[in-house]
Amino acid sequence: MNVIRVLIVDDHRLFRSGVRAELGDSIQVVGEAEDVETAVRAISELQPDVVLLDVHMPGGGGQEVLRRVLGSGSQVRFLALSVSDAAEDVIGVIRGGARGYVTKNISGRELTDAIRRVAEGDAVFSPRLAGFVLDAFASSEAPSIDPELDSLTQREREVLRLIARGYAYKEIAKELFISVKTVETHVSSVLRKLQLSNRHELSRWATARRLV
Amino acid sequence: MADQKTLAEPGGDAPYRRLMRPMEGRLLGGVAQGLAAQLKLDPVVIRLMFVLLSVVEGVGVVAYAVLWMISPREPYEGRPPARDWSQLAAFSAIGVALLAFGWLTGASKGGIGVLPFAVGGIGALILWQQADPERRKGWVSGATTSIRKNRARTLLGVALVVGGAAGFLVIEGRLAEAGQGLLFTAVVVGGLAVIAAPWLAGLWKELQLERRERIRQEERAEVAAMIHDSVLHTLTIIQRVAHDPREVSRLARAQERDLRNWLYQPAQDADATLAAAVRRIAAEEEDAHGVAIEVVCVGDVELDAEGRLAAMLKASRQAMVNAAKYSGSPSISVYAEVEGEEATIFVKDRGKGFDLDAVPADRMGIRESIVGRMERHGGTARVRTEPGEGTEVMLTMKVAKE
Repeated sequence: MNVIRVLIVDDHRLFRSGVRAELGDSIQVVGEAEDVETAVRAISELQPDVVLLDVHMPGGGGQEVLRRVLGSGSQVRFLALSVSDAAEDVIGVIRGGARGYVTKNISGRELTDAIRRVAEGDAVFSPRLAGFVLDAFASSEAPSIDPELDSLTQREREVLRLIARGYAYKEIAKELFISVKTVETHVSSVLRKLQLSNRHELSRWATARRLV
Repeated sequence: MADQKTLAEPGGDAPYRRLMRPMEGRLLGGVAQGLAAQLKLDPVVIRLMFVLLSVVEGVGVVAYAVLWMISPREPYEGRPPARDWSQLAAFSAIGVALLAFGWLTGASKGGIGVLPFAVGGIGALILWQQADPERRKGWVSGATTSIRKNRARTLLGVALVVGGAAGFLVIEGRLAEAGQGLLFTAVVVGGLAVIAAPWLAGLWKELQLERRERIRQEERAEVAAMIHDSVLHTLTIIQRVAHDPREVSRLARAQERDLRNWLYQPAQDADATLAAAVRRIAAEEEDAHGVAIEVVCVGDVELDAEGRLAAMLKASRQAMVNAAKYSGSPSISVYAEVEGEEATIFVKDRGKGFDLDAVPADRMGIRESIVGRMERHGGTARVRTEPGEGTEVMLTMKVAKE
């Protein structure tokens, strides 16, 4: 197993050192950044495998980092990390290009797993994010522009529902009689829809629903 | 009229400073400007005052000339700035209009009769300006636009008065005796209306401003009270129970939940909808047992009158209590979903699980409080568990479609 190189971007020093201490041996923290400017610079200098990105930061927050780094064609992968569970933030940062979203109360082991998954190009959905997606894609019956992108397949719905119920990928695979890899494929496909769907309701829905 | 500020400020430092005529911002000789600085009034008011007094037997003109002669010019370096001719023209127009009005009504001949009107007008002008510091600031920055607005208002007033006078002249033949009194009433009422309108508007604006400020302060007080009652309080308690990690994390979680609800959650009646009720129950059990309960809700429905969903909520509470008390799992996942005509609640833990068949049926309230209750209300309950595999309770209930 390769060691994954991680950059931690968060404006709270205490939190950065906490995460650093919690991460397992398979992960190497190559640097830290505390705002948008230092983050953008550190990413281009260090070229980490995964960036742990705080959503709320001075200078435009995580979304600004995503815009500037991904906008310049970088292939760095982002895992968003936040105390906020507001739908706006979650959906916003995913649509900004992050490959996953976890809350800061996640355990060290789970975070290590999530980082590994993002590093391998898969997506990481917390139960709450799964709930948001189900809600967002279920709520509207408005005609969609691109049916392939604007709706979830039955299987994707099942996978999301199990994530929302608190199932780990392995448990989902067992439950649905599919492989873990297939579960990952479904989640990645949902992520792609979430990022590419033009449904403006998605953003509007997130703004309207200011729930935890 | 940027100089107004610089004039007003030294005026405050030296109360007995002499009346000076500034060069910058003057329209004619700078008398009105200097006087305005001296009296801490707006030059526009002083100018209108001069115009008004000039109509009354030329008093204004004389006063202006005298003041011009006795007051020195303020030292000014460089080329004298150009006068704002458009403003001067505006004031002249007002003067001419007033003169025409005086001539038409014959009021100017009876000087004594007009004097109270002029004095009243000046008083109103000063009042207007004093009552409206906002507008004054506006004048300092955007003098010309204000003048333009003011001019429109003045012209309106003048038109009103002239119209009234013309009408009066037409019917003079019949109402010659009552005419004079009637005219003055009309003039004073019309004039006062024109003058008072901006004043009242200013008052209204100020009132609104005050109200906004009060609301803002109340909000701030509410935030302060909230932080004090909750966060500070909890932090104090946490310091005192620092030796008990379980209690510390329970307190921190309860506080976090409170704060989140306060920040993100719209004020919601926990007894009105399923999602709100599930969240509240989870919060209560989390508090009672010190185990984190993660709640995810998709869709929502109003609680029904027949109590089917209330029964389901009670069953879900029992499932949460079981998981918190017996499973040994550090966290519990609760998922509530309303889709179509069905409401589902899942309560899952990753604890030790148990052998369902080996448990005496009446233990842990599974048979009675969960399964029995759901079935009595037309719903279903399923329990999935195995030793070492955790437990999941699934509750389903039909709901009336909205």
